Amino acid sequence: MTKTPIAAAAVSLLALGLALGVTPATAAKMDATIGMQLEPPNLDPTGGAAAAIDEVVYANVFEGLTRFGADGAILPALAKSWEISDDGLTYTFMLNEGVKFHDGTDFDAEDVKFSLDRARADESTNAQKALFADIASVDVVDPATVKVTLSKPNGSFLFNMAWGDAVIVAPESADGNAAKPVGTGPFSLTEWVKGDRVELGRYDGYWGNPVKLDKVTFKFISDPTAAFAAMMAGDIDAYPTFPAPENLVQFESDPRFEVIIGSSEGETILAMNNKQAPLDNIKIRQAVVHAIDRQAIIDGAMFGYGTPIGTHFAPHNPAYVDLTAQSAYDPEKSKALLAEAGVSDLTLSLKLPPPSYARRGGEIIAAQLREVGIETDITNVEWAQWLDDVFKAKNFDLTIVSHTEPMDIGIYGREDYYFQYGDADFKAIMADLDKATDPAKRTELMQAAQKKIADDYVNGYLFQLARTGVANAKLKGIWPNSPTQANDMTGVYWED
Amino acid sequence: MTAYLLRRLLSLSLSLVAASLVIFLVMEVVPGDPASFMMGINADPQAVAALRTQLGLDEPLPVRYLGWVAGLLQGDFGISYTYRVPVSELIAERVMISLPLTLYALALSTLIAFPAGILAASRRNSAADLSVMGATQLGVAIPNFWFAMILVLVFAINLRWFSAGGFPGWDAGFFQAIKALTLPAIALALPQASILARVMRSSLIDTLNEDFMRTARAKGLSRGQALRRHALRNALIPVLTIIGLQFSFLLAGGIIIENVFYLPGLGRLAFQAITQRDLIVVRSVVILLVFAVIVVTFLVDLAYAAADPRLRRRRT
Repeated sequence: MTKTPIAAAAVSLLALGLALGVTPATAAKMDATIGMQLEPPNLDPTGGAAAAIDEVVYANVFEGLTRFGADGAILPALAKSWEISDDGLTYTFMLNEGVKFHDGTDFDAEDVKFSLDRARADESTNAQKALFADIASVDVVDPATVKVTLSKPNGSFLFNMAWGDAVIVAPESADGNAAKPVGTGPFSLTEWVKGDRVELGRYDGYWGNPVKLDKVTFKFISDPTAAFAAMMAGDIDAYPTFPAPENLVQFESDPRFEVIIGSSEGETILAMNNKQAPLDNIKIRQAVVHAIDRQAIIDGAMFGYGTPIGTHFAPHNPAYVDLTAQSAYDPEKSKALLAEAGVSDLTLSLKLPPPSYARRGGEIIAAQLREVGIETDITNVEWAQWLDDVFKAKNFDLTIVSHTEPMDIGIYGREDYYFQYGDADFKAIMADLDKATDPAKRTELMQAAQKKIADDYVNGYLFQLARTGVANAKLKGIWPNSPTQANDMTGVYWED
Repeated sequence: MTAYLLRRLLSLSLSLVAASLVIFLVMEVVPGDPASFMMGINADPQAVAALRTQLGLDEPLPVRYLGWVAGLLQGDFGISYTYRVPVSELIAERVMISLPLTLYALALSTLIAFPAGILAASRRNSAADLSVMGATQLGVAIPNFWFAMILVLVFAINLRWFSAGGFPGWDAGFFQAIKALTLPAIALALPQASILARVMRSSLIDTLNEDFMRTARAKGLSRGQALRRHALRNALIPVLTIIGLQFSFLLAGGIIIENVFYLPGLGRLAFQAITQRDLIVVRSVVILLVFAVIVVTFLVDLAYAAADPRLRRRRT
């Protein structure tokens, strides 16, 4: 024997690899494999808040009365048109006809009534139940017409109906949607290998414009290194939200890939406990805010991806006001404010959930706060712990979270919300906003709300989370932005 | 032998009861609520409360424990909080990956370790022995996840012989499935093979120095014959112990490798269930692993008896 057994074994394993062979190159591609970091716990968007649920099923499997377009505009979906009464209380939706659910049953006004009533019922487990709070009644006029009456005018009602939580389900299949989703969308579930992938196939009975792909596979890879390897090895065609921004440079320099940078609805904030000393003092909150250099956090934690924000509002929204100057980086001012408030030796707890914006960002913020004389006591927590300890028990001074729901400034009106703001004037602005239907008036009120929370230095507004994705350069039609949590595959196709 | 078996079975059941209690209580102490995890930070508190009732999280502790154990005894593991499908289904799917992967890795590890260990022991201090010792030293020192990444880099990204990970399912065909498990199995097997080869070598060297080996040689057996007929069998006991331990380790401990190759195995199921506070899944997976470890230990005990008849007699 000339070789050691280990070498021999290695050689035979290599031979095994050769024998098992290489996957043959595929011909004209009609399918796409999309990478996602997290697997959805179930596939029912009306019974859970996990973003991953909507990222698989929104627009692909389930549809609502209205829907979000790629630019965030509200478009007709199952409702082809609607009429709003002059008092803003009655919405009459004209539905598309000939629509079928994936199990072959017909879609009509009864399904709309069922879905909306189910979402607002007492025993409802819809995570966004507030979307339906203003509905007083839902009446079927005829199979293709449904009338929704509101208890008070709600200028964002059509927007609310576009959410994934407001999709239309059928009474026959609603209870089984968690494992076997039955919707009206252009794709239906073909297989779900738990822990690995969800496969969607084209639904031939689709009522709308036919989709270009036969099959879409969502593959779940949580480890950033494995995600990188899967992309490089060609196992994954696109990663609309790539988990490791540090690798994007490498993809950029490779002609096989296209890096897609867009904006998300994620306002990333340094949340402060507004009702607990010492942060119940506005001077100290203001001091914390002025100690923060946003660009340093974006560069250091997010590899330069992200847009600074000065309030809790998405910069790509037309009603956004740039208030970053009001909370500009100014350590001297910060020190002066602390002196004015008469505090020294300040130590604040900083609890960091798992995402890298929080963990990396937290370290940088801690260093920045130290510069002005504020010490932090950092604790890394899992999401479940964060929900228990920070969100529910409000046992924190500072924490970093990205609020990813679209248009969620309304959380500042909730008194028992974790950062405990709930100011009366702010609530009055939100109440007026709910009633207003005139676009100019709405814009004015939204801007007033943004200014109010910036003036009160409720939280440190850091940056709008960028949506950083990568795709095979030949795969077209992937949304660059995410106006809602979605991977809309209906317009995706392969370029020859 | 029967009395021995009965005694072993009794201690096995007691261990399981104790383990179930510990697992249940630990899961209760862990902070975090599955319902609030599922509903997220924008949720309506009333909807969260409704979900808690729906999941049965409002019931008192002893009721939930007894309900769980009663279910287990009937083979009913309950319904996963987050996936909303029976836990037994989830586990069955995952076992179909973790168990074959474990056996594959164990087979590779044994196939590498036995010849290497025997060669090194029989030609002690030769060049072959030194290379085996050197290679196994390296094998023990290299972390398996790092080795796994190197395998991906070479065989998936550069040579493109394998996928970087994932599992097509057994439906895709036996060879496709085995192919998907090959890189992970190699990554898992290498450190285990290194340990096993070193144990095999030292155990064999100890045995070769025994008096009965000199007797065997004196009877006229050649070195090789004496080794095969007498030494190998006697050297096997410590090796079997290590194989038993390695089986348990691989079954429960493949989680890092499962993450590197994004294989939907048991380890990843448990890991994901912990982060999502899907406590019912965590409990069931852990109790199943405890059960597997106990059974394997039991089987290894039986294997000792097969390898060494003296153990059989002493115990009956």
